[in-house]
Amino acid sequence: MMEWFMEPLRHEFNQRALIAALIIGLTNGYASAFVVLKKSALKVGSLSHALLPGIAVAILVVGLHDWSAFLGALFAALLIGLGSLAVSRGTRIDQDSALAILYTAAFSGGIILLRRLRVTQEMEAWLFGNIMGLRDTDLWTNFWISLGALGILTALHRPLLMTLFDAEVAATLGVPVRFLNYLLLAILIIVLISSLQAVGCMLALGLLVTPAATVYLLTDSTNSLFWGGSLLGGFCAASAVLIGWWLNLEQGPTIVLVLGAVFLAVFVLSPRYGLVRHWVAKRTD
Amino acid sequence: MAGDKRNPEGHAGHELVVDGVGVNYRAVRALEDVTFSTSCGSCVALIGPNGAGKSTLLKAIAGLLRADRGRILWRGTGVGKWSREIAYLPQREEVDWKFPITVRGVVRMGRYPNAGWWRPFSREDREAVDRALEAMDLADLAERQISHLSGGQQQRVFLARALAQEAHALLLDEPFTGLDRTSKAALAGMLRELAGQDRLVVASHHDLETVRGIYDEVLLLRRRTVAFGPVETTFTPENLDATFASHAGQGRKVTA
Repeated sequence: MMEWFMEPLRHEFNQRALIAALIIGLTNGYASAFVVLKKSALKVGSLSHALLPGIAVAILVVGLHDWSAFLGALFAALLIGLGSLAVSRGTRIDQDSALAILYTAAFSGGIILLRRLRVTQEMEAWLFGNIMGLRDTDLWTNFWISLGALGILTALHRPLLMTLFDAEVAATLGVPVRFLNYLLLAILIIVLISSLQAVGCMLALGLLVTPAATVYLLTDSTNSLFWGGSLLGGFCAASAVLIGWWLNLEQGPTIVLVLGAVFLAVFVLSPRYGLVRHWVAKRTD
Repeated sequence: MAGDKRNPEGHAGHELVVDGVGVNYRAVRALEDVTFSTSCGSCVALIGPNGAGKSTLLKAIAGLLRADRGRILWRGTGVGKWSREIAYLPQREEVDWKFPITVRGVVRMGRYPNAGWWRPFSREDREAVDRALEAMDLADLAERQISHLSGGQQQRVFLARALAQEAHALLLDEPFTGLDRTSKAALAGMLRELAGQDRLVVASHHDLETVRGIYDEVLLLRRRTVAFGPVETTFTPENLDATFASHAGQGRKVTA
């Protein structure tokens, strides 16, 4: 039994996957509180899909290097994000619609392009992640991205929360609201990219929404929302890597599945905002 | 025109001048040639039909919207992007009351101009927050989540934030809307008290019955200034007619 339990930790690629899952889970979990409070899950989801065509174009232009995929993804997300803004400002189309049009079109282009580039095997990894394929350099990239993102987000916690709570009042108190909104979006995109290798661009959104959304059903405290989301993200991602190994499941989807299962359990059982509590309260009324 | 200058030591002389102001809001000409001036110690009602530009005017004074015509002066200088001395209190429904934050957390936002992006709150900040909570009768609710507040309490949280900010001028958008009778009376008392402490209170107001009991001055607004002056002389049936009557043309001039 012990042998079976410890077995996955013996392989170096498993250790790496475990550390990566922990780092990515912690960072995404923390950042997910912003996504939940900003109510911008759909927007972030669109941007996560926009990463794929960026990677495809980067591979086409400069080939697959350590940084080319990262920069390509970043560039594509920015282009589509700003593009949707330009369309919504210049026409009567709202930004969500503009975003949907642009990202689905770009995503389709990305799929077609990736198939032509003879990197079909990698395509699966870009879509759904391949956490076992991580190298040491990837681990370091993730580490620095996480450190930077967490550092900036915690340092700017106060003005960011004021912006999310009431942007107009924040502005009258001297908070640079517009700058912070762009900065937050930029950091969310970078955090998305950092989880790309683990869960792929189809599933990255789950990691960047579910942790804090789950904690949101348990607590009213802002700090618990951020750090609880972070811990939950890290814990779920790391245990999913192990569960995936033991049960022979794909790790990327397992991470998001575990998160979803925990959310569902909390949704039903939360002593504060759960379904059961709600139901009991209604019966006793 | 200006309020009483009861207390020369306070902010009593601080003057707000709105001079020929025009503002566009969402591609609509929301305000045109609005002119009035008042000063600390006065409680000013902003009255006009829906779409008259009341919210727009408050936002322009708060520095949230730019006036493309005319000037808005606070103590002799143009209002910039923001000012610690001017507090803006939005309509209650513009805020997400499910946001996970306590009463104290909201009031503490008023200390942001002091504490900045990341500096821990100083003793001075904490005392200012405590004083503001005390003044608005919120000390017992300080650690409560804002989702568990009544309408009157929500409005007091906004006021407490403005006090923590140490604002001299308070701009309130529809503060009485949606409150029950008791809360309305309590809020009226608090606005009177704030004006008595030589603060300037400017509030958009709907209920014409209660204007006389609360306000010193009244600005009748219908995209332009219809009339401005002390409640006794300006809040007249003729002026109200000119403000609300559906046939009152834009060009019709009414003087108080």
